[in-house]
Amino acid sequence: MNIYVLLKKTFDTEEKITVQGGRIEDDGAEFIINPYDEYAIEEAIVQRDAHDGEITVVTIGDEDSEKQLRTALAMGADKAVLINTEEDLEDGDQFTTAKILEAYFEGKDADLILAGNVAIDEASGQVGPRLAELLGIPYVTTITSLSIDGAAVSIEKDVEGDVEVIETSLPLLVTCQQGLNDPRYPSLPGIMKAKKKPLEELEIDDLDLDEDDVEAKTKTIDIYLPPEKEAGKVLEGEIADQVKELVSLLKNDKKVL
Amino acid sequence: MSDKLLVIGEVRDNDIRNVSFEAIAAAKQISADAEIVGVLLSDNDLTSAGEEFIAHGADSVITVTHENLKEYTSEGYGQAILEIIDELSPNGIVMGHTSIGKDLTPKIASRLSAGLISDVVDIEKDGDDAVYIRPIYSGKAFEKKAFEDDFTFVTIRPNNIPALEKDTSRSGDVTAKDVDIKDLRTIVKEVVRKASEGVDLSEANVIVAGGRGVKSADGFKPLYELAEVLGGAVGASRGACDADYCDYALQIGQTGKVVTPDLYIAVGISGAIQHLAGMSNSKVIVAINKDPESNIFNVADYGIVGDLFEVIPLLIEEIKKVKA
Ligand SMILES: Cc1cc2nc3c(=O)[nH]c(=O)nc-3n(C[C@H](O)[C@H](O)[C@H](O)COP(=O)(O)OP(=O)(O)OC[C@H]3O[C@@H](n4cnc5c(N)ncnc54)[C@H](O)[C@@H]3O)c2cc1C
Ligand SMILES: Cc1cc2nc3c(=O)[nH]c(=O)nc-3n(C[C@H](O)[C@H](O)[C@H](O)COP(=O)(O)OP(=O)(O)OC[C@H]3O[C@@H](n4cnc5c(N)ncnc54)[C@H](O)[C@@H]3O)c2cc1C
Repeated sequence: MNIYVLLKKTFDTEEKITVQGGRIEDDGAEFIINPYDEYAIEEAIVQRDAHDGEITVVTIGDEDSEKQLRTALAMGADKAVLINTEEDLEDGDQFTTAKILEAYFEGKDADLILAGNVAIDEASGQVGPRLAELLGIPYVTTITSLSIDGAAVSIEKDVEGDVEVIETSLPLLVTCQQGLNDPRYPSLPGIMKAKKKPLEELEIDDLDLDEDDVEAKTKTIDIYLPPEKEAGKVLEGEIADQVKELVSLLKNDKKVL
Repeated sequence: MSDKLLVIGEVRDNDIRNVSFEAIAAAKQISADAEIVGVLLSDNDLTSAGEEFIAHGADSVITVTHENLKEYTSEGYGQAILEIIDELSPNGIVMGHTSIGKDLTPKIASRLSAGLISDVVDIEKDGDDAVYIRPIYSGKAFEKKAFEDDFTFVTIRPNNIPALEKDTSRSGDVTAKDVDIKDLRTIVKEVVRKASEGVDLSEANVIVAGGRGVKSADGFKPLYELAEVLGGAVGASRGACDADYCDYALQIGQTGKVVTPDLYIAVGISGAIQHLAGMSNSKVIVAINKDPESNIFNVADYGIVGDLFEVIPLLIEEIKKVKA
């Protein structure tokens, strides 16, 4: 089976966010694999081990994205591809990202593409479904279980807490939700092997794309931090009195009761 | 010429979801004199739902009823909506940022080669142009976005943009359209309902959420009682779900539901960033936790440092008193 994983690098969840001139300051920030893409990598490994085949992890990013790709290889992916847009493109949005991926997948005969359900930074959840539509293949988002039998696929999908049982077929794109699996940590031998696994670097030119084809449809006007919240009030005194005070504040000051 | 905006509504168990009414209000904010065309899909007759949509601000409604629209699939809904778009050539589309909205809108945007701004919580005007505000980095920052061209496509987060007052004197056409929905490659075989009946968590005005501190499934019982006296819903942290105190259907946060109630009461929840991502925009936040250092107090408006098993019963009694 020809399996692909879409990977985005994101800020480490615990990073403090600072804004400089309407942009997120990312100098010196720690980056990680988007957590939902870890589910995608793990699932790809499970499916490859059950059905044979090869896993290629693909990211659109910059030079530094190599680190996250090596981690994916150390977990067990076979090959990695970095589409480096640093030199060619200044702005991009989800349309841009999906168009670049479409060009990459041209002629690739993917059986299964796994993406994260959402990237924890910009968090639109658009890239997976957009790409599937461009490739003309079906997709299922927020999956929590995947079983493949020949070309037939059975899926459990999380729908705001309810579970849908879905039947579909390969080729297919899925986006991964918490609950699908427990991503493994790279093992030491895995890390050693990853250094020798192939990592291909491509640029927009290699993909037969013009800058015009991928021009963003949306623009970011500003980025800002939420207004500093007034320090909350921690109540004091006997618990029973605190409860009385709380109810009075909710009713009279905040008018939410 | 004035704008024409499509608002895609969601019908669940014959009722329109509140976020769909909010989407109508959002469309009006985007363009005050736009013609608003509602779109409703189901396997049932939608005449009365269509009238309900008009009472909430739509100028007309197009309905598609087809047996293959019983359960949502991106392909089934996509076929119906793309045909309507083809016929009406709207300048924009607005929908709720719900499970269906998240799944469907990128497909349609992709087909139209359009931009899509997802999970909008507020709309501002810059002259005639709309500017959209959305949380990023798990709610640690916000971005303002706009479209490069003149096609508008947004999904809105539930409970942030108030719906318009219902006005039953409004009138407008509800037109049933025939679309053949066929060749579906994904089929929903079964839906296992886990979310409890009653108040929908993502639309609830009051939420009482429990965490690992609640210690057991039994420990959740007082939280249900508190939610009931407040007319709200019960939610949970992932800690509580992982420990099997409650179903994942209740999980609030980055992976679970994103909620913006008027009142959020966090009980025995430490306030991890992934949890905050789902609730930090709530209007009033109350934290009950025995650890004064716990991070939840940093986002809370009011905090009680104490044992939840002592605080909750007192709180139930006190609220009953003021509600009586
Ligand atoms: C040339 C270029 C320039 C950009 N410039 C900016 C900028 O100036 N400011 C800015 O804020 N953003 C910029 N972006 C990023 C872009 O706006 C989005 O972050 C990106 O499209 C992903 O969207 P999302 O974060 O909403 O991901 P989601 O749609 O939420 O991601 C879902 C899943 O899609 C896959 N995916 C997402 N992104 C990628 C990727 N890059 N590579 C591989 N798989 C991916 C992953 O599996 C991920 O889990 C740029 C992107 C490009 C290509
Ligand atoms: C990719 C990813 C996605 C995630 N998504 C989510 C998500 O969507 N939602 C989510 O919630 N988490 C999510 N998490 C998990 C998150 O990081 C935390 O682990 C989780 O929120 C912790 O749950 P908790 O606060 O209930 O438990 P804990 O952190 O264990 O906190 C329990 C709290 O209860 C208090 N307590 C204990 N006993 C009492 C008592 N008797 N009275 C009062 N207080 C008491 C303690 O002081 C403590 O603060 C995610 C993590 C990852 C990696």
